[in-house]
Amino acid sequence: MSGEEFVSLSLVPLLTGIFVAVACALPGNFLVLRRQALIGDAISHVVLPGIVVAFLITGVVSTWPMLLGAAAAAVVAVISIEAVRRLGQIEAGAAMGVIFTAMFAGGVLLLEQSDTSSVHLDVEHALYGNLESLIWLDATGWSSLWDIEALAGLPVELPRMALTFVGVALFIALFWRPLKISTFDEGFARTIGMRTAPLGLALVIVAAIAAVAAFDAVGSIIVIAMFICPPAAARLMTNRLEHQVAWSVLFATFSAVLGYVLAGYGPLWIGFADSVSAAGMIATVSGAVLGATAVFGPHRLRGAQTSIG
Amino acid sequence: MSLELATHNGNSAEEATRASSPLAIRGMTVSYGQKPAVFSVDMTVEPGKMTAIIGPNGAGKSTLLKAALGILKPLAGTTTVFGHSVHTQRDRIAYVPQRASVDWDFPTRVIDVVLMGLYPQLGLLGRVRSQHRSKAQACLARVGMEDFATRQIGQLSGGQQQRVFLARALAQEADLYLLDEPFAGVDAATEKAIINVLKDLRDAGKTVVAVHHDLSTVAEYFDNVFFINTRRVAEGPVATTFDDTNLQSAYGGRLGGAQMDALRPVHTG
Repeated sequence: MSGEEFVSLSLVPLLTGIFVAVACALPGNFLVLRRQALIGDAISHVVLPGIVVAFLITGVVSTWPMLLGAAAAAVVAVISIEAVRRLGQIEAGAAMGVIFTAMFAGGVLLLEQSDTSSVHLDVEHALYGNLESLIWLDATGWSSLWDIEALAGLPVELPRMALTFVGVALFIALFWRPLKISTFDEGFARTIGMRTAPLGLALVIVAAIAAVAAFDAVGSIIVIAMFICPPAAARLMTNRLEHQVAWSVLFATFSAVLGYVLAGYGPLWIGFADSVSAAGMIATVSGAVLGATAVFGPHRLRGAQTSIG
Repeated sequence: MSLELATHNGNSAEEATRASSPLAIRGMTVSYGQKPAVFSVDMTVEPGKMTAIIGPNGAGKSTLLKAALGILKPLAGTTTVFGHSVHTQRDRIAYVPQRASVDWDFPTRVIDVVLMGLYPQLGLLGRVRSQHRSKAQACLARVGMEDFATRQIGQLSGGQQQRVFLARALAQEADLYLLDEPFAGVDAATEKAIINVLKDLRDAGKTVVAVHHDLSTVAEYFDNVFFINTRRVAEGPVATTFDDTNLQSAYGGRLGGAQMDALRPVHTG
C-alpha cells in the first residue's frame, strides 16, 4: 500500500479507532474494579434515544446536537438507575438492566417510526458504526499532515475523538489518587474528606462522554468491549493499578490496530471477496486478548492463592 | 448550636465535658429502610482513654461510628470532634474500617495502602518522596509488617491485612483513632500486636475507640465501655460499668448463665 492510499484510506480510521479504544479503556479500569463495568454497556445503549430525539428536533445529523442529545439521555439514564436502585432498593445490576433495555428499545422504536432513510442513521449504524467510511479525501500522502488545506478536510470524527481522549486522560491523571483510594476503600476516603459521591458520578460522566463521542464513529459494540476487555485483561497481567492501566492502554491500542487490519485484509487473505466490519473485528480481537490473558496471564490464579491464607 | 447552649445553660459542666471530648455524639439516629439501626444515641468519649463499643450483632455499633464520621447520612444527630464539627477535624481522625468492607483483590501493594494515609499531606498531585516512603515503612514496622511492603495485599492473611489497615491509620498521625472490629477474625499474634500498638497510642495521649465483639477481653484491653443496643444502654469506666446488669440489658438476656460466669472473674479479678 502506498503512502497516499494509506494516509487517505486507513490513517484516519486507525487513529480514530485507537483514540476510541484508549478513551474507553482508561475509565473502564476503574469501572471494572468498582464492579460497575455494566454501566459502560448501559451508557452505550441509552444514548440511542437521545441521538434520535436530537435528530428529530434539528432534522440533521450533525455533531453537536447529537452529542448533546446523547449526553442528556446518558444523564437521564444515570439518574434513573440511581432512582430505581435507591427508591426500589434494587441491586445496581438489575436497575441498569431495566433502564438500559427500556431506553434502547425506545430509541429503536423512535428510529423506526421516524423518517431517517435520507440520512445515515439506522439500527445497524448504532450497533457497529462506520469506521471504514472515515476517508480523508483531501490527503495526497504523508505531506498532507502538514498541509493546512488538506487538514481542513479531515473527517470531523478524528479531532473529536482525539480531544475526547485528551480530556479523559487528563481527568484520570488529575484525579488518580482520589479515584484509586475511593475505589479501594470508600469509607476511609470519606473520613479523610474526599467527596466520593461526586467523584463516582464524575467518573461515570467521563465514561459517558467517551461512549457518546465514540458512538457516532464506531457504534456501541466496540464501546462496550473497550470498557471491559482491555482493563479485565490488564488485571490478569499485574498486581499494581499503575501497571494495569498501562497494560490496558497497550491492549486497547493493539486491539484497534490489529482489528482494523484484520477486518480490512483478513477475509481477502483467506479468499473471501469482502472485508468485514472494523468495529466488530476490533471488539473480537479485544475479546481474544482477554481470553489469552485468562489462560496465560501471570496473575490469573489470585483467588486460589488468597483462599489458603 | 448557640440555641442549644442557651437552653442547656443549667448544665454547663456537661457542656464543658462535651466541648473537650475527642468525640461527642448527640441524638444520633440512623435508619436503613423502616427500622432504625441507631436511635437517639448520645456518647461522650473520654480523652486519652481506650473505649470499647459493645453490643449484640445488629445493635448498630458500626453504624454509630460510620454516622458519626459522615460515612453514612444520619436521619438526625450531631457529632463534634474536639468540640468542632467533624469536617474541620479530618486531619485529627484516623478511621480503620472493617477488614471485610474492602476488596483485597484490588491491584495494589502493602506500601501503597499505607501511603493512602498520607493523602492529606500529598494532595492530588504531590510527589511521593523518600521521606513519605520511609514514614510508611516505619508505620509498617510498628505493626510488624515491614517485610511485606511490596506484597500484593491479596496475598496477606486476614491478620496481616488488619495490621496493614492499622499501619495506614498510624501514618495519619491522628489524635482520635476509630476502629471497627479490629480483632475480628485475626490470629492471636496479630491481636497482641494490635492491642500493644493501641495501648502505646493511648499512653502517648491519643484517644482510641473500637467496636468490639469479644466480651472476654473487654476488661483486659479497655479503660471505658459503651453499651449499645440500637439505643444507648450505658457508658463509663469498665470497673464500674461493665457489670451483669448492663450486659443483660444490652444483650437482652441473650447471654446464658455460663457466658456470664465466664465474664465475671475477668472484671472482678
